[in-house]
Formats: sequence, structure tokens, C-alpha cells
Amino acid sequence: MSNTVQRAPGVAGQQPEPGTTGNVWRYLRQAGLFMAKQREATVFLVVVLLIVYFGLISSAGRPVFFTKPDLVNLSIIAAPIMIIAYGEVLLLICGEIDLSVGFIYAFTPFIMYFLITYYHFPAFLGIIVAILLVGGGIGWVNAFLTVTLGLPSFVATLGTGFIIGGLTLTMGHGEQAPIPPSALGIGDWFGQANGFAQIIWAAILLVVFHILLRQTPWGLHTIAVGGNALGAREAGVNLARIKFGNFMLTGILGGLAGVQTAFQTNLIDTYSGGAAYQPMFYAVAAAVIGGTAMLGGSGTMIGAFLGAAVLAILIDGFAVIGVSAFPLQIFFGGAILIAMIANVQLARLRVQGRVR
Amino acid sequence: MTTDNGDTAAQVPQAADPLAGAPDVLRAEHIGKRFGAVTALRDINLRLARGEVLGLLGDNGAGKSTLLKILCGFQQQDSGRIVLNGQEVTFKSVDHARSLGIDVVYQDLALVNQLSVYHNMFLNREKVRWPLLSNRTMKRLTRQYLDEVGINIPSVESDVAALSGGQRQAIAVARAVHSNAKILLLDEPLAAMGAKEGAIILDLVRDLKARGDVSVVIIAHNYAQVLEICDRVNLIQQGEITFDKRSADTSLAELNEIVVEEYRRALAERHRQLAGGGPAAS
Repeated sequence: MSNTVQRAPGVAGQQPEPGTTGNVWRYLRQAGLFMAKQREATVFLVVVLLIVYFGLISSAGRPVFFTKPDLVNLSIIAAPIMIIAYGEVLLLICGEIDLSVGFIYAFTPFIMYFLITYYHFPAFLGIIVAILLVGGGIGWVNAFLTVTLGLPSFVATLGTGFIIGGLTLTMGHGEQAPIPPSALGIGDWFGQANGFAQIIWAAILLVVFHILLRQTPWGLHTIAVGGNALGAREAGVNLARIKFGNFMLTGILGGLAGVQTAFQTNLIDTYSGGAAYQPMFYAVAAAVIGGTAMLGGSGTMIGAFLGAAVLAILIDGFAVIGVSAFPLQIFFGGAILIAMIANVQLARLRVQGRVR
Repeated sequence: MTTDNGDTAAQVPQAADPLAGAPDVLRAEHIGKRFGAVTALRDINLRLARGEVLGLLGDNGAGKSTLLKILCGFQQQDSGRIVLNGQEVTFKSVDHARSLGIDVVYQDLALVNQLSVYHNMFLNREKVRWPLLSNRTMKRLTRQYLDEVGINIPSVESDVAALSGGQRQAIAVARAVHSNAKILLLDEPLAAMGAKEGAIILDLVRDLKARGDVSVVIIAHNYAQVLEICDRVNLIQQGEITFDKRSADTSLAELNEIVVEEYRRALAERHRQLAGGGPAAS
């Protein structure tokens, strides 16, 4: 509009308008094309719109959304979803899924507790061993069931998930445990004192896993295995190694997120009654909202990060604007569906553009 | 140099014996392979000289692809032996065969749609500055390889999903050519190809022939192209090599005659079975 005024100060009304609308239209088209090309851009736009929406709604009444305490809350919700989602992205890309990772998330802090309290491990060692042993070990078992014994990973990890969930309840006698006192100091590194520690972990891991996926042979082979398993094998890619590695990475990320959340909440929870499915479902949803294909072969870490942000903003935002807990999930499900529809349709546009 | 005709081909299926002392890089001797009740290969005797281009012809189901899969280590023969550079070998896997210098190109199955052209070109042979991929080097080399071949691709960074069947095939062949393989097995490299793209593949094979140290086995259906590019032609019929001649010593008419003859014989056989001893069509 300012252009119009400068070019034709006298006749600001009618004649220049076709040119202006043409410009606006062109910018919109370019923005649209950019959105269509960069799948992360779409999700990013959703994140921005959600922030604006909740910001406007909440500032009308009581300005809570996006204040510092709210940001801490957002971070605490988003970070574990993000960290677990990185693993699920790797698995989804190579054509698998891990439904047990939420149970790894719940189980690892208990093993840490046992190692430190009953086996007198030094705190740091106890944490590391628990994450690597439980996360890596269960990841290995998942891969063994899937790759070596040939079960679909959906079923294999469903089974291991139940077993680990049962083990967590049995070993913990169904009760919550405290953080071992000797681990309190070191817990700061895992997000005990600082509400933003976990989201910083998630951001650092985003960089690490983005590079792993995009810039290393490992990432390339992961995409190849999911995109064309036969072709990858003919090129000599070791399918089993890639899948074992990605299952174990996912397990380790689940364990790490679990330990962090335990420190954050100052409590080791058993997540009884299937509550441990929730982090896994959120993580898979984040990956898929971020543009990772359920059929394998494509996905992005940045997308998963943004997808987790979308979920966290929805969870937190609806709470802030005071939507009752009962209908919350209706909005939540609808939001996931809308995000997905946008993604799928834009992906279709992308494919058409590419073929042409 | 007798012309096999329909009557004798059934009884005298033996190919010419491998020449003693010839510098064969690869010899398959008395290869047999069964899949349950089906005998895919009966008694295959095949030799491949250094720098030679061998055309492998035969109907669908004659056993060409099975033979190729055995030669590249994808499957193992039930009987017979494979001699590579004078030494008997047992291929444990495609990887193992590749490490011994045998590379195979399937009909465009080998590319990963979701990866860029240059990542496909270097799949599992990536150029790496540990721990990262050196994408710049791979892009440069890919451009160079494709320019050498004369394949037109808008960008080496585009996904191969966006390419035509012929372009994909050309990339797969170019990849194998640059893998330092000494023996290349091409499974119908000319299938689903435009005229220009087919010419590109044929030129690639000619370049290889000019290098002199790479031997090539081509499975193909187009006899004219086979005669044009190959030094020697083998025909597989019902799991046996029934015909082995230098391209210069045979002709399109002769090859056609043999295959048509086989078809007529099969037809006559079926008539006999149906009618309980009908007349042979000839």
C-alpha cells in the first residue's frame, strides 16, 4: 500500500491497485511455494499461529501465556517429546516404530535408583549405566525381535513395552521413589534446578541428530533402508546394523528423557495404568506432524522438533486459556488432524511440483 | 558352425567347450539350480573372457535372471562351480562378490527414490570426511561421471524419484561403471528406455569395451542391439545354454529362427499333449 501512495500520490484510490494486488498476490504465491517446498516451514507457521492465537486469547483476560513461568512449563512439556521423537524419526524413516519407548522412559529412572541406592554406584555412573543399559539393552531386544526373528516392530515393541511396564511396577512395588540423595548435585545437569535445562538438551540433540540424519553415512543408509530395502541391500548396506543401531538410539533417548523428567519433577514415577504410552504417542505424533512418513524413507528432525512444539503449545495453551480438562482432548485431536491434513495435502502439491 | 535347427537343438544342447588356456575372467561350470519342483538351471556352462561383452538371450523363464543372481552372489547354485580368474570361488553374498570385482545392475530397482542423484551414486561408497559426508566432492564427481556419459539431468541434487526410467537406469549403470568392478552384470539395461537413453547405455558399454579390462554380461531382449554391442552371444533355453557364437558369426535372422523354432516346437508339443499325438507344426 505504501508503494501505491508513493507512485501515484494523487490517485491513491483506483488506478495503481491492479499492480499492488498483483504484487501482493505474487508475494503470497512465493510464500505459498516456499511453504510447499519446505515441509518444516508449514509446521513452523503453525507454531507461530498457535503462539499468536494463545497469546491474544490469554492476554485479553490474564496474561499468562508465554510469560517466564509459562515458558518453563512449555519447555518441560515439549522437551521429552522432542528427545523421544528424534529416535522415532530415525525408526520411522527406516520403516520401523518403537511403541515401548515410553516404558523405557519410565523404567530407566528406577534402574538408576536401584543402581545408586542398593548397588552403591556413584551417581554419575549410575545414571549413565542406567540409560545405556536399559535404553540400549531394550532397544537391542526390540531390534532382535524385529530384525532377527522377523516380527513386525509394531507387535514386537508392544510386547516388550508391556513387559517393561510390568517390570517397572513390580520392581517399584507400584510406588513412586525419591531421587537418591547422592544424585541431587549431578541432577542439575539433567534439569533439576533449571526449568530450561531439558529444552537446552533437546536443542543440542536436535543439532546432533539433524547432522546424523543429513550429513553422515548412517543417516543416508537409514533413509535408503526405509526408502528401498532391496536396493539398499543390493548396494551392500547392512540393514540389520542400521536397524539395531536406530532401535538402540531410540531406547537410549527414551532413557535419557525419563531420567531428565525424574530429576525435573524430583520424583521417580511408575506411570501405572498405561500412562507410559503417552510420551511415546506424543513423540510419534510430533514426528508425523513434522512431516515424517509412516511408510518410511523420509522425515526430518527439525520437523519433529516443531511438531513437539505444536503439541506442547496446544497442551499448555488450552490449559492457560482455561479450557476444561474434559473437552481438551477433543481440541487436541482436532488440531493434530488439521496439522496432518495440511501436511499431507502440501506433500501432494510438492510431489506434483516435482514431477512437473 | 552348424546352424542349430529345431530337431537337433533338443538333443544337442551342449555349448562350445570353454577354450583351454583362454584368459577367462569368469567361468561357470555345470551350474544347476532348483526351486522346489522347478528346475531353473540344468547344466549351465558359461565363460567370459577379459574385456569381452557377452550377450545373454532367452525367453522369460529360461533362467537368465537366475543365472545372473548366482553369478552376482545373490543366490547360490545347487551344483556346479564358479571359477573366477582361475580360482574356484563360493560367493557368500552380493557384498562378497562385489569385493571380488563383480557388480550387478538390476532393472532400476537399485536406486532409492528418496535420495538425491549424487547420494544414490555413492550409496554405501560415500566420500567421507569423518564423521561427515563430503557432499561437495560427491556432487562434483557425480556431475563429472554423468557428463562423461552424456546423461542430461537438471541437477544432481534432485531426488531420483523425479527422473525418468531411462535416466534412472543410466545412473545405475554409471554407478556400477565407477565402482571399479572388473565384471559387470547388466540385467536388461535397455528395458523401458527411450531411444536416446538406450543409446547412452550402449555407448557406456562401448566405452567399457574400449577400456579392455572390464568384462560385461548383458541380459537383453532386443537381438539387434545385442548383436551390435556384444562380442559373443549365448542363448539360454530351458536352463541350458544351447547356442554360443561370436556376434560376427551369426545374424539376426539366425537368432530369430532359433527362437521361433523353439516356440513352434513348444506349440507342437502342447498340441500333441492336448490331442494325444497331433502332427508337429514345422
